[in-house]
Amino acid sequence: MSAVTEKDLVDFVYREARLLDELRYEEWLALYAEDAHYWMPAEWQQTNPRLQASLMYEDMLLLKIRVERLSGARTFSQKPKSRAQHLLQVPQVDEIDPAENRYRTWTSFHYAETRGDEFTIYAGWARHDLRVEEGSLKIVLKRVDLVNFDAPFGNIQLFM
Amino acid sequence: MTRYAADPSAIKALIHPERVHRDVYTDPDIFRLEMKHLFANTWIYVGHASQIPNPGDYLTTDIGNQPVLASRHSDGSVHVLYNRCPHKGTKIASEACGNTGKFFRCPYHAWSFKTNGALLAIPFKKGYDGTGLEDTEAVKGLAPVGAAHVYRDFIFARLAPSGVDFETFFGESLSSIDNMIDRSPEGKLVLEGAPLRYMHPCNWKMLVENQTDTCHPMVAHESSAGTAISVWEREQAKGGKKPMAVEVYAPFMSPYDFFEKMGLRVWPNGHGHTGVTTSIHADYSAIPGYFDKMVAAYGEERARAILGESRHNTCYFPNIMVKGPIQTLRVFKPVAADRTLVESYTFRLVGAPDTLFERTLMYNRLINAPTSIVGHDDLEMYERAQLGLHADGLEWVNIQRLYEPGEAEDVTEIAGGTSERQMRNQFHAWTKYMTMSMTPEGVAFQEAAQ
Repeated sequence: MSAVTEKDLVDFVYREARLLDELRYEEWLALYAEDAHYWMPAEWQQTNPRLQASLMYEDMLLLKIRVERLSGARTFSQKPKSRAQHLLQVPQVDEIDPAENRYRTWTSFHYAETRGDEFTIYAGWARHDLRVEEGSLKIVLKRVDLVNFDAPFGNIQLFM
Repeated sequence: MTRYAADPSAIKALIHPERVHRDVYTDPDIFRLEMKHLFANTWIYVGHASQIPNPGDYLTTDIGNQPVLASRHSDGSVHVLYNRCPHKGTKIASEACGNTGKFFRCPYHAWSFKTNGALLAIPFKKGYDGTGLEDTEAVKGLAPVGAAHVYRDFIFARLAPSGVDFETFFGESLSSIDNMIDRSPEGKLVLEGAPLRYMHPCNWKMLVENQTDTCHPMVAHESSAGTAISVWEREQAKGGKKPMAVEVYAPFMSPYDFFEKMGLRVWPNGHGHTGVTTSIHADYSAIPGYFDKMVAAYGEERARAILGESRHNTCYFPNIMVKGPIQTLRVFKPVAADRTLVESYTFRLVGAPDTLFERTLMYNRLINAPTSIVGHDDLEMYERAQLGLHADGLEWVNIQRLYEPGEAEDVTEIAGGTSERQMRNQFHAWTKYMTMSMTPEGVAFQEAAQ
């Protein structure tokens, strides 16, 4: 891959959202590095995923379990199935550092998840920490901070 | 209130030893009576003293539908007060946890109160001269609840001014809280980490019953725990040791026989626990350094005894569940007949390695979060039950598993781990505490108990 541009990063974030909206989870997982984490903090300006409470802090194994479960024959909470829609603000590029192979974006979003007659809107910010592996951008850390992280939610079954 | 208002015989008719009428889950009148009677007559968990360590610290919560606060007074004592200004009704404290300084000040008209609730001052007070204000409830300050008790830093309160005392109400069941605390080498817990809050579209009792329902994990959680096992079996070919998360998920798929043998204990007044001989928490990897610290603190024999208890879920009637080996506490807060807020709290064992707290937090988010796949499995079942109960073809819910006709009630006994004995135990207590303040005889009993 030639030098990573701002447009590459922005397109990457859009592409991830589209894969999620189209429920193409295997392709979505392929955007993540083997050592990646998907993190949803449960505290304001949280710094530590291990010793502070989070809604999610999942490595690839746990994400694969989630994805496989969604299509399981006895996954009753997916009968009927959920769907999702992302509305993203233009991602802001916070860091482009080819020397360190480190790229960061910050994206404000609204996210809708629906199942049966239920429809719920969430709002927050997604931070992507990325690096280039074998010519492709990969997610090292996706951090999703909900604006109301401390509110009581019902089921959140898909990915923001 | 119509059908069930203050009619203990109608309430009692809903509960048979081996089955309960659906109205206990669906009827708004029953729900209102639960708020008025059951949640007033029982000892309800309010919070943990480590949340309010310093004078002026407070926390807010609800007991049933009643807003309360717990306050640390200047002398170190804890006071549980109704969170309502005696003037116009404004809630005095609005944050979940905070510090009010030397006094509470109502944000509406600046009436102020000491941190034990006593009235401190009213602005421009001469306007009340000669009005007889001194003879009203308003000058008494923030009203205390009926009774409060702090047990090894766990704060409980009873709204009713008279009734069963704390020790009688909980009795030997406190041994589960003891065991959780004793797991700290310093014998001390600190509530740490934000609670995970999860709204459920079902009656609060469904959640409570599920805590000792050991015939559902291998069925309802096949989708989550079963998938975790199968994905791990594929992935482990890549090498590496079994991850903590797999250790947490996998035991949910244990066979019926395992759960049967782990046993169940009931106590009087509706308390009980699963996991007498062993539990799904018994086989986690040892945390390096922890056992040595326990031995140093307690001696080897006592340390082994403390850690050898692997009680699964202890239900304190009516609405909390404690996991000693995991250091979590879940509160099932009734919101409406078909709506329950679940708040899952985590404790750090003071003096224990960080890795233990890391596991506590991991357990909480993997099992108890609104983003938890295990939670999704359970909520789906509760929601379907709440909706299914409207079917008029059948009005009763069965709780008969391993029932023995003539089974003793309000006793300490051990049963098979797949028994629904604890559900029956809870409903026996439910009837008792629902009806004890409904009739003159019941009120007399309550006062005699005091």
